[in-house]
Amino acid sequence: MQVELVSPEAVLFSGECSQVVTRTVDGDIAFLDHHAAFIGALDIGQTQLWASDGIVTLALNRGFVEVSNNVVTILSDAAYAADEIDVAAAQADLEAARAALAADDDDDDAKAAVAWAETRIAVAGAA
Amino acid sequence: MASGQERILRRRIRSIDATKKITRAMELIAASRIVRAQARVRAARPYSDKVTAVIANLASAGGEADHPLLREPAEVTKVAYVAIAADRGLCGGYNNNVLRATERAIAADAAEGRDYELVLSGRKALGYFRFRNYRIAAGFEGFSDQPSYADAQQVAAAATELFENGCQRVMLAYTQFHSMGNQSVAIVPFMPLEVGEFDDADGTEDSGGGPEGGYEFEPEPAVILERLLPRYAEARLYSALLEASASEHAARQRAMKAATDNAEELKINLTRIMNRARQDAITTEIMEIVGGAEALAQTGGEVDLLSDTIEARTADLFRARE
Repeated sequence: MQVELVSPEAVLFSGECSQVVTRTVDGDIAFLDHHAAFIGALDIGQTQLWASDGIVTLALNRGFVEVSNNVVTILSDAAYAADEIDVAAAQADLEAARAALAADDDDDDAKAAVAWAETRIAVAGAA
Repeated sequence: MASGQERILRRRIRSIDATKKITRAMELIAASRIVRAQARVRAARPYSDKVTAVIANLASAGGEADHPLLREPAEVTKVAYVAIAADRGLCGGYNNNVLRATERAIAADAAEGRDYELVLSGRKALGYFRFRNYRIAAGFEGFSDQPSYADAQQVAAAATELFENGCQRVMLAYTQFHSMGNQSVAIVPFMPLEVGEFDDADGTEDSGGGPEGGYEFEPEPAVILERLLPRYAEARLYSALLEASASEHAARQRAMKAATDNAEELKINLTRIMNRARQDAITTEIMEIVGGAEALAQTGGEVDLLSDTIEARTADLFRARE
């Protein structure tokens, strides 16, 4: 199936994939060829694309996925492959976010920041 | 003396030449940036197209159409304007055109009893409205050359906040980029959002009417729509910022080309005046020497010696001309 990963500033990936795994707000979901038409809101998490030249793992900061006519379109504000992630910056973000969370454990922004930093570190570490 | 005038002209020509070099450099820089800005406009299109398509699919599949961002107001008492101009000048009428159009729109609204709010992007926009004592709700600067999506998010957030707090309508004033030689100021409605045939969705299950039909949703359509609409607003604002930026570079390129051409013309004219002044000075001086020689000859002086002096003097003069 055709997969398009689109950010507001550019098309980040466009190509043929055998499988796509991503995470919607309700949980992980995998798409294979000829998946039924689907629209979902994505959570902060990892997305994996089984491309012809290997598995691409990306850190996604929310977004949307649409599947129709055997085309998977992922829209994301921020999507980074492992080699694009600045681990030191992610680590710093993580500490800042944890500190904010310690001060106020209902801070949703801080929770999201923790999740986003952890995702980036995990993706960078897996590569 | 004439040679004094010549020196002044020479200095002016040198200064114009220096200015010309600067304007020429700015012209070339702007020209190269237009290409890059155009590429960015193109690169941003897939995202906003896809977001629009997903919203249309959500709508046709019976997504909740009653989102605040989509609600047409019954009565408009306050309009927010998002005006996009440049951070820098030297781009002809680019800034003034957008800002004056915005000011006129505000005045037209005022005539009908509607209040205004202003969200400004670009240092020149801030200066313009601040000087005229307008109320500015939010101002952004520093990115008109190369706006990023994060910049668009900031501006969109400010506009959304106004829309949610008292403004029933948000208008977007920017310069549309049609082509290299054609840009025009446009004031277009921004909020409430109009997503194509979105109004057709009456909220009932009508999944057969979609282009694909029978979408599965995760989570339910209303929640997705709630998260998607702000993205759509951002994407639209982002493309407006990019187009404005491309227009800015095109305007600057044109202005700097005109400046370069003018400098060249001025240089040619001044060189001509300078040459004439120098020619006059030479002629006058020869006349003086010849006149002096004649006077001496009549009183019986040594003419041979004098004619040598005249030759040497004129040779000097012509050498100075080279």
